[in-house]
Amino acid sequence: MPPPLPPPHPKERRIIFENISKPGYAPDLETYLAHGGYESLRMALAMKPAEIVDAVKAASLRGRGGAGFPCGTKWGFIKYDDGKPHYIVVNADESEPGTFKDRYILHQDPHQLIEGLAISAFATNTHLAYIYIRCEFPHAARIVWNAIQEARAKGFLGKNILGSGFDLDIYVHQGAGAYICGEETSLLESLEGKRPYPRIKPPYFPAVLGLYMKPTIVNNVETICHVKHILRLGAAEYAKMGTPGDGGTRTMCVSGDVVRTGFYEIPCGAVTLRELIFDVCGGLKPGRKLKAVIPGGSSAKVMRADESYQMKVKGQDGVMAEHSVPMLDIVMDAPSLQSAGTMIGSAGIMVLDDSRDMLWALNNLNAFYAHESCGQCTPCREGSRWMSNMTSRMLGGGGRPEDPDDLQNIADSIAGRTICAFGEACSWPTQSFLAKFPEEFSHAAGNQPATTKN
Amino acid sequence: MRAGEKQRNHMMRESTTRQADDLTPAILAEADELVSHYPVSTRSASLPLLHLWQTHFGSVDDSGIEWIAAKLSLTPINILELVTFYPWFRREAAGKTVIRVCRTLACAMAGSSEVKEKFCEAVGLDRLAEHHGYGSAPPTSPDGKFSVEFVECLASCGSAPVALINDDLVENIKPSDVASIVEKLK
Repeated sequence: MPPPLPPPHPKERRIIFENISKPGYAPDLETYLAHGGYESLRMALAMKPAEIVDAVKAASLRGRGGAGFPCGTKWGFIKYDDGKPHYIVVNADESEPGTFKDRYILHQDPHQLIEGLAISAFATNTHLAYIYIRCEFPHAARIVWNAIQEARAKGFLGKNILGSGFDLDIYVHQGAGAYICGEETSLLESLEGKRPYPRIKPPYFPAVLGLYMKPTIVNNVETICHVKHILRLGAAEYAKMGTPGDGGTRTMCVSGDVVRTGFYEIPCGAVTLRELIFDVCGGLKPGRKLKAVIPGGSSAKVMRADESYQMKVKGQDGVMAEHSVPMLDIVMDAPSLQSAGTMIGSAGIMVLDDSRDMLWALNNLNAFYAHESCGQCTPCREGSRWMSNMTSRMLGGGGRPEDPDDLQNIADSIAGRTICAFGEACSWPTQSFLAKFPEEFSHAAGNQPATTKN
Repeated sequence: MRAGEKQRNHMMRESTTRQADDLTPAILAEADELVSHYPVSTRSASLPLLHLWQTHFGSVDDSGIEWIAAKLSLTPINILELVTFYPWFRREAAGKTVIRVCRTLACAMAGSSEVKEKFCEAVGLDRLAEHHGYGSAPPTSPDGKFSVEFVECLASCGSAPVALINDDLVENIKPSDVASIVEKLK
């Protein structure tokens, strides 16, 4: 079991994590019901399914898995009455380096996920759903499966849920240690019992040709949990917590060189990077300076501490205009990070201080991507391995003058040339580290002395 | 031995015992239950059956691949190709306790390399023992009790460095803690 967590920071607003780490809160049905559990499901079953989809749209809920796709729009692709079976698959394969939020929900509050899933299924005319949990969470798989059986025994799942005439079965499916299965089409192949090679889009958009070639919704654990709270709070109230186009709260997972690593559930757009690092997380370790931040899981492009970004923000006069925004003043929401050329992604925020060697850090990530490339597309399979071998050789003192250019060339030759987004994911670190810290790579290549390296 | 030969030996290993000869009624019942979770396509049960098999037998031998394939009306290659793809599955038994130390960035920044080396030392393995993949067993201590390997991100970066020891996550590991962690597992 995960350890107890510290009390929430004043900047936080815990909705999804309200009961996480609460003393006496157990993952069983009795506890959940005592905390108002399944009330939103009752409410949902009295609504028209289209009203629920509209509420999710109005709430501006974006997917919390990494891609940040508007959830209501995704659901809107499913035609309620097309006569085909529909499926929902919950992506609980949490494996993006830097991300560790879903593990707490699965272990400590599984009924919240099940309730959100039941509402989502009712809204989209879905009667069979799977929760795909990575096998490195073996306790979570058992806890969620127990919770499903408890819910079924009390009529919250199964046939004729709470007398509504709506049926839903949910099963747990365990992965087997492959990061690629977090990619939605790969996950579906894995769930079909095949090698998890991602499918090409078009035509294999899950909403059209998903699980068993039927319309399918794939959503992250946290995203599905939010659905419950959208109904509970009302879409307008929920959306108001965030910024336009990015509603509600987002669970930020902070790791690396800060005093208090951990997760913080914060309304979207309510903190800047400076507030997050220096206030919420207690700042850097004594005597250290900030060097870099990877803001949205390891694939997100790295940001350098002394950089500024040209972006449209509201000035002191309240007018939107182009301003130069220092890296630390960037607001931590999806639109702002997108304007800064990176992404909020899965909100896995990795902080690096001035003790870190950026070549070393990139080499660690390159080894990750080389190991996890599924091997289907040549540029990614070969390129991720080449990049890893090169940074490893440079780190060992064998740098050559042409290395930075070659790395750039390899990375540029992967992104955009693969079936799935792993191609971008594995080239963005190399592209951004090279662009933001050229002096360190030049130095390792034997071209010039480093100026920022310690 | 070249890497290719080594790999082939794992694939085609001759074995005198067959795991499938030791199936129990409980496993057969569990297999039926798992297959029932996939009303649309029983092929979906291939990963669950591989997990069931490896949890019980410690590895998946040829008889396991053949049995699962037959159970799901597939050919053995449909199952073997999963075993060789997914890092979790192996063709050779590992130690009774498998220690999986996270290698990825947040854990690496918190010192997971040293932690892994300490685990290797504490169980009697070469400090830098590496797992070579292809379904082989991870480096295993001479007494067969422990295997130690690096794995990629275990999704607990806020409490780095971490290790998954059999089913249990151990967090915030200091190199100096490792010997006592291993002692408790003995």
